[in-house]
Order: sequence, then C-alpha cells, then structure tokens
Amino acid sequence: MAIRTQPVTINIGPQHPSTHGVLRLRVTFDGEVIIDLEPIFGYLHRGKEKLAEARTYTQFIPITDRADYLASMSNNWAYCLAVERLAGIELPERAEYIRVLVGEMMRISNHLMAVGFFLNDCGAFFTPLLYMYREREKLLDLFDMLCGQRLNYNYMRFGGVSQDLPAEFLPALKRFVQEMPGYIDEYEQLLVTNEILLARSKGVGILSPELAINASASGPVLRASGVKWDIRRADPYSLYPHLEFDIPTGLQGDTYDRFYVRLQEMRQSVRILQQAITGIEQLPPGVYRAEVPSLVRPPRGEVYSRIESPKGELGYYIVSDGGVSPWRCRIRAPSQINLTVLRDMAVGWKLADLIIIFGSIDIVMGEVDR
Amino acid sequence: MTQPLSGKEVAERIQDQVPGAVLLADGACICVRPGSVAQVAQFLKEAAGLEMDYLNNLTAADYLDYVEVVYHLSSLKHNHSLTMKVQCWGPDEPEVPSVYPVWRGADLQERECYDMFGVRFVGHPNPKRILFWEGFEGHVLRKEFIA
Amino acid sequence: MAMMPSLPPSSGSGQGWEELDRNEGLDIEQLRVGSPDALADPDAWIDEEVKRGVLVTSLDALLGWGRRYSVWPVAFGLACCGMEMVATAASRFDIARFGMEVFRASPRQADLMIVAGTLCWKMAPALKRIYDQMPEPKWVVAMGQCAISGGPFEEYVAVVPGVNHIVPVDVYIPGCPPRPESLLHGLRMLHRKIQKEGSGLKRLG
Repeated sequence: MAIRTQPVTINIGPQHPSTHGVLRLRVTFDGEVIIDLEPIFGYLHRGKEKLAEARTYTQFIPITDRADYLASMSNNWAYCLAVERLAGIELPERAEYIRVLVGEMMRISNHLMAVGFFLNDCGAFFTPLLYMYREREKLLDLFDMLCGQRLNYNYMRFGGVSQDLPAEFLPALKRFVQEMPGYIDEYEQLLVTNEILLARSKGVGILSPELAINASASGPVLRASGVKWDIRRADPYSLYPHLEFDIPTGLQGDTYDRFYVRLQEMRQSVRILQQAITGIEQLPPGVYRAEVPSLVRPPRGEVYSRIESPKGELGYYIVSDGGVSPWRCRIRAPSQINLTVLRDMAVGWKLADLIIIFGSIDIVMGEVDR
Repeated sequence: MTQPLSGKEVAERIQDQVPGAVLLADGACICVRPGSVAQVAQFLKEAAGLEMDYLNNLTAADYLDYVEVVYHLSSLKHNHSLTMKVQCWGPDEPEVPSVYPVWRGADLQERECYDMFGVRFVGHPNPKRILFWEGFEGHVLRKEFIA
Repeated sequence: MAMMPSLPPSSGSGQGWEELDRNEGLDIEQLRVGSPDALADPDAWIDEEVKRGVLVTSLDALLGWGRRYSVWPVAFGLACCGMEMVATAASRFDIARFGMEVFRASPRQADLMIVAGTLCWKMAPALKRIYDQMPEPKWVVAMGQCAISGGPFEEYVAVVPGVNHIVPVDVYIPGCPPRPESLLHGLRMLHRKIQKEGSGLKRLG
C-alpha cells in the first residue's frame, strides 16, 4: 500500500526561545526538510522614522539607540555622522579617537553576543554564552563608567561625544585589551575545531557571493561568502584611513564561516583598540566636542551616509528642509536586508539547521522593525 | 573612497540605451520617469564601466505634492555610487515597476515602501504589508497621517 | 538578459495564506478597539490579608513559601529589556539564586511572565494567548518603560500604551532598560507579594 504524504506548514514564533526577538517564520515542510519559508515581522514596529519627523535632531539621538539595541553606539555614530555630513560639522581629533574606541568596543560586545547566541542555538545550552557574557560584563562596566548606562547609551552628540573619558577609563580599558586576546584564544580552542560544531555548521546554509551581492547583504554575512568588502576600508570615515587592521573573509559562505569571521573580527577590533589607545594617550585632555548649537538646523538637502556597524552596512538617509526636525529620516537596517536571503539559505535543510542558519545571520528585531 | 558618479554623464549613457528615461540629472543624482525604472535599472547593472550591482537603499519620501522613491546604488567592483530618484505625482497609490528582478535586495524594502507610503511596485512577487497587519488602513509615513 | 536564475521569491510566496493573514489582522483590530483602558491592578490581596482567619494561616505560609522560591518565568523578551533579562540570568547577576533560572519556553509550565520590551498591537494577541495558556496561579511583571506605559514610543499608532491594557500586572519595574539589580529588586517585591497572597485568592482576568 502506498503511503501518501503531504507538506505541512507550521508557524515558528513570534514567541520562541530561539528567534532572537519577535520574528515569526511560516515554514512548509516535506517531512523534516524545508521547502518554503516566509519571515513575517513587524511585531516590534515602533515607528522611529515617523517619530524622527516629530523630534528635533538632538532629541532623536536616544531613539536611534533603541534600533539596534545590542550595538547602540554604532547607531548613534551613523546618525551623528549623517547629520554632521549634512551640516558640515568638523570634529576635534580627540572626539574621533573616543568614537573609534567606543565603536570598536561595541563591535567586540556585539560579536560576543552573536557568537554566544549562535552556540546557544546549536544546542550548547548557555555554556559558551556565559563565557562570552563574562567578557561582555567587563565591557558593560566600562560603558557604565563612561556614560552611566549599560545598554542604550545616548553617548554621542553632533560634533563629538557628550562627556570626556573619566580618569579611570583608559587604565581599565588597557587591562581589558591586554586580557582579551587570551580569552579569544580560549574560545578558539574550545570552539573552532569542535566536532559537534563542525558537523552541524560546516556546509550548512551556503550563500554564494553573487546572491549575497545581489541581495544587498552586508557585514559578516557578505564577508563570510568571500567578498572582501568593509566600509571601513572602501568608504572610510573618522580615523579608519590611519588605522591598521585586516578584513577576515570566509571560504564558502556557510554557517561556520559566518561564526569564524566574527571571531576573527573580534581580534582585529582589539588591534584597532590598541592603536586608538596609543593615539589618544598622546593627545591632551580637553576638547571632546565641537561647538554646535543644541538646536541644529542643517541646510536644505539630503545625505545618505553609512558606517560599518557590527551587523553590516548601517545607513541613514536624512532629508532636511532647513528646520529643526528632519523631513525624512530613513534607517537602512542591515539586519532587515540580510534577512532577504534567509529563504535561499534555508530551503533544503532541516528544521534544526534553520535555527542555526537564522542565528548565524545575527538579527536584532529592533533594527528589522524599527 | 566611494566616488559619486556624475549624474549628467550617466544620464547621457542612459539616453543612448533607453531614450527619454532620464528627466533630470543633477550632481550625483538622476531623476527617472516612473515607467522606465526597470529598464534603467537593468542597464545600470550591466553596462560596462557602471556595473552597479549593489543596491544600498530603497526608500521613499513624501513631499506633499508627490512621493519620491529613492534608490541608492553602488558598484563593489569600481567603488562608485549613484542616486536614482523617481517622482510619482498623481493618485494616492502610484505605481512603479519593481526592480526585484534586477536586485534581490529590493524585496523587503519595496514591501516596506508600499506599507509606509502606498507606492505599488508592479511585478513584485509578494506585495503585502510588512510592518503592519493585514487590514490596517492608511500609510503611516505620509505627511497627512497623524500617528 | 543576465538575470538571477529563477528562484521563487525570497520573502515567501505568501499564497494560500491571505485569508489567515486577514483573520489575524481582524483579531488585532478587535483587540486594539476593545482595550482602550488599562485593566485594574490585582490589589485585592491587600484587603484579603486582614480578613483571613487563623486556621489557614500556616497553610498559607507554607504555600506562599513554596511558590515564591520557585517561580518559573516564561521567556518573553521582546526588545532591549530582554537583553537585560538575559544578563540577569547570566552568571554575574544570577537569577538562579532565587530559583528562577529555568526560563520555560512553554507557557504551560511557567508561573511568571516578565514582559520585557515594547508591546505592539501586532504582538498583542500572541501575548494574550500566552497569558491565557499559563495555569493559575500566575503573575505578570512589566519590565521597562515600554511595558509600563509605552515608553518613548507611546504616541505611535502601532504601540500598546502599557501592557496593563491587555493583562493585569502585578509589579512595574521602571527603567530604560532597568539594570539587572532593579529587576532583581522588583522580583523580590513580587516574592513578598506572593508570600502574602496565600492560597485562596482568585485571580482577575
């Protein structure tokens, strides 16, 4: 007697321990193999772009924090950079150094979370995550020392930053930077040649470079597919033209490569931090912010400026009509655009692989929905 | 550094291929007729020397009389960029050909444009609302919508 | 014309699900229209304590002791506050000291729902469903400004102005996001409330 089968559609989310936030996936299975997938989001849509039109430029800075809440400094930086380019504001050198310092600290913090949660999804329930959290708590203590907040810092302002570095910040950061390569060695020793991780993620969810470029993927997702594209090198901003660092790329664009690229980017961030600390120590303490009125009125015009946030290309498109509020403020969120390729990567794999593939893209729903 | 291309030079090249498509060219920006968006997009992606294979950003802005759809394009190979704009005057739900066949990255961004501004992208395979629920009335980022 | 090889659309074909999506949209609209006011806080236990007699006091104390030291939360992190909730569960702040480290994935095995983050109307039916699936006795903690009143996004059309429009809330923890120490302080307040509530109280809603 022939057995009749039919495809089954199930709903994953929006409340689910592995969806990194409120994302819903409508997945159609043939047995356990995925044949179709549709991501549905909007469960955290808070209307930042509409809110921007009702707030002044400076009042919008804390709202940008809450978009990508795991890398808040990057959001601040992208927005401040866009408005500074529009209004023609120049920064003092010390402010640039401070921005690079916090930007790279943010990258390390974000990648720690990304790798930790990726391994959480793989099934190593909480152990690597708690190791990563150990370092992340040290970073959050540093941020606490700097601006009083652990998450959602609201630290940058147009023309610089809101406060100077306290006296105990640089020694503490230097200690962290000395210890961090040792910790990354520890993670590599535990994870990079781990049999279970290799079996689960090598060759899984391959993204070809042509599709990655065509689908506007950016950040570690693009670099893991072999495309050596980093905005810090291609379209540099701030002090990056003067800093030395490598751009790690992957071999085939599978889940393992995306994890490995993030681990190596942490190493490069430590290298940048060392250079930035040496640089800022030679500057006299003092001017950390340019003279900018608190009610900024950029001239009429528009700008699209982007930075390399830990998740990818974070861009801000701001249209100004000469008033105190933006006429249109668009946040080009890397997490949302990287989601375009989820279906292509996941079709043909099984449910457990879907969770890992999704975890390796590194999504933050605050950014996807804004 | 990413070099912004000159709008006028690109407009001349497009004129040879797709006559009448470009309405204005200013700085690093070209303004294209709504009907020829897909052809211009295809040309920009494939033309030798241009090869704009990467769509950075696709969004829209409401300028009260018209809605302007903005495309930010760049080329990873040549490291140059261009802005393409489409002005949609007229009815409440203007129609623009979708660039999904040219750049897959337009997928979610076009759906968001529809959701927020009401611009319909003809030829998009899944033209549904993305951030709001099915049945929500109104397009939030239009200036007349008071949220 | 060199186009990408024809792959089906990346955001899914969406076919066959239009009716389901429309019904869900109707549910959301109904909930939005039907919840204009905040629900009352479950404060009835404050008066009950005075009225309770002597015979059941030790039983109440025992039940209260058992319930407060093994409250199991359901994983409901929505936004930034969810990250601080995870940080509280991590090794530095260690929510396991209070017996709460098991964040159950299924609401049917949980006692407590910590709503951490902004609630949007699109998510509200899911929240109500998860609350309904939790067995009695159950408690709700609103963590963070967005859960208390909508936070900085309060005026937006898609944001619920406070979780107490949908479910009754026991403890409100302010902050944006509240530090893990704040969350632990709020949870300790909840424990004291559980101890005092005793056994014979019907929950509202």
